[in-house]
Amino acid sequence: MTAPTLPAADRLPDVPAPGLGTLVRVELRKSADTRAGFWLLVSLGVLALAAPALILFFADPPDKALSEYVAVAQLPVALLLPVLGILLVTSEWSQRTALSTFALVPQRSRVLLAKLLAAVVLGGLGVVATLLSGVLAVALTPVLTADPASWSLEPAQVAQTALAQVLVVLVGVAFGLLLLSSPLAIVVYFALPTAFTVLVSTVASLDWLRDWWDLTTTTGPMYSGDLQGEGWAQVGTSTLLWLVVPLVAGWIRVQRSEIA
Amino acid sequence: MITIEHLTRRYGSQLAVSDVSFSCPPGTVTGFLGPNGAGKSTTMRVLCGLAEPTSGTATIAGRRYRDLPNAGRHVGVLLDAGAQHAGRTGRETLALAAMVLGVPRKRVDDVLEQVGLAGPAAGKRVGNYSLGMRQRLGIAAALLGDPQVLVLDEPANGLDPDGIRWMRGLLSGFADRGGTVLLSSHLLHEVEAVADRLVVIAAGRVVAAAGKDELLAGTGTVVRARDGAALGRALVAAGIAAEPADDGALLAGTDAEAVGLAAARAGVPLLELRAASGAGLEELFRTLTQGGDPAVPHLQEARA
Repeated sequence: MTAPTLPAADRLPDVPAPGLGTLVRVELRKSADTRAGFWLLVSLGVLALAAPALILFFADPPDKALSEYVAVAQLPVALLLPVLGILLVTSEWSQRTALSTFALVPQRSRVLLAKLLAAVVLGGLGVVATLLSGVLAVALTPVLTADPASWSLEPAQVAQTALAQVLVVLVGVAFGLLLLSSPLAIVVYFALPTAFTVLVSTVASLDWLRDWWDLTTTTGPMYSGDLQGEGWAQVGTSTLLWLVVPLVAGWIRVQRSEIA
Repeated sequence: MITIEHLTRRYGSQLAVSDVSFSCPPGTVTGFLGPNGAGKSTTMRVLCGLAEPTSGTATIAGRRYRDLPNAGRHVGVLLDAGAQHAGRTGRETLALAAMVLGVPRKRVDDVLEQVGLAGPAAGKRVGNYSLGMRQRLGIAAALLGDPQVLVLDEPANGLDPDGIRWMRGLLSGFADRGGTVLLSSHLLHEVEAVADRLVVIAAGRVVAAAGKDELLAGTGTVVRARDGAALGRALVAAGIAAEPADDGALLAGTDAEAVGLAAARAGVPLLELRAASGAGLEELFRTLTQGGDPAVPHLQEARA
């Protein structure tokens, strides 16, 4: 037990502000140090391993290449990463920890930037997990089945996949910032873009909407590394709608709102 | 030093805080008193940069909270003990804060020890804590950065009598070492024993602000004798104004020494002679909490 030492004079010592790196590490730790966060990360890892296993045992040889394993492993990761991104923000409000977070770091934009960077790191780690799981599946293919190992994987696929996963996790953060409520943000994140995709895909006259503004459609080719030319512009416009707009609106909302 | 100047916070058409000014000098404990909804929490949230003032300023050592580079190293804040992640352990909650503050990990164990949460309690999830334990964890978090200023909103809530006594000791020790403490309460007796200064707020306005002794003094002396009539005559003879109080006692408008001398001179044996401590403040406070007229005139004079 130590008695805190206090300067008698009313003078504040100069203590450096926490660096951005520290804040990012704090945010990453927050996403894993609760029971909910821990099991979400574990299920993400398990599913990233399980998806290639399905191909390994049930598909035909041409599909048993590293590129296929890696591609199929993205599905569960792309589903769960945004939830991680949402909770990174909304748990501060549902658990009311925003009060102590912003009391410790009153420069709110620094906290929000740290959350965005933490989400990028989590997205990157998610892609690394799928690559490892793909490599494991290829290595096990000749051992567990009669098929040969096929190590083909284009660098473009890895790069574009990583970019797509980082995009979806950031969309999760943006929805979290905009809505500041875990159940609301998760429901809206899954319902709204899906409803949009269904609408613009079924109504033929809305094809241009689908091609330019539907993030699911525009990022689809990225998971096989096939995005090129006009596709990049279409990813740009749909990212503007589903990432930039909610991110900016949510950022302003958090900057202005009273934390209670 | 906490300085709040002409602070006003409006929500739509409703004034939560209206032209509030007071200051908390180093080395003192300031009790921030008022009924629920009087504007205490709003004032404290503005002070800690969690809400924007509509007008006016709130500063710590002359700086706005948001301009403090590492706020937690200067100001220990506990605004709501319930605002902790239920799924984190007590130790983990503090470990995260220690990372942000940049204090060594050992500091976490120190403050856990200091608030009586060391051992198995530190490893339990906050969701399993009682309200008293959450208050202790909140106080631990406030102390973690070894700050010079403490801002605590209703810290005695949920603490048992032992806990309240412990907290009093902690806060007066902190102030004795030169620290500044602002703590709020809606109960007068919770802060009466520890506060050096009192700021009473009602309906968003400061209705009294002064040193505790100043507020409690000047309320007169309670004096009682078996022969109340003789006592009354003795006081009149000495030129001391008095009015009847409870149980046949008299409330004399001067200090105990003058009353005692007057009674001794007239040869009236006394049964009771004491300062009418806090009677006026309690009365003011009762009026406030019962939603009566906050403008109690004789305390307005005590305004600093």
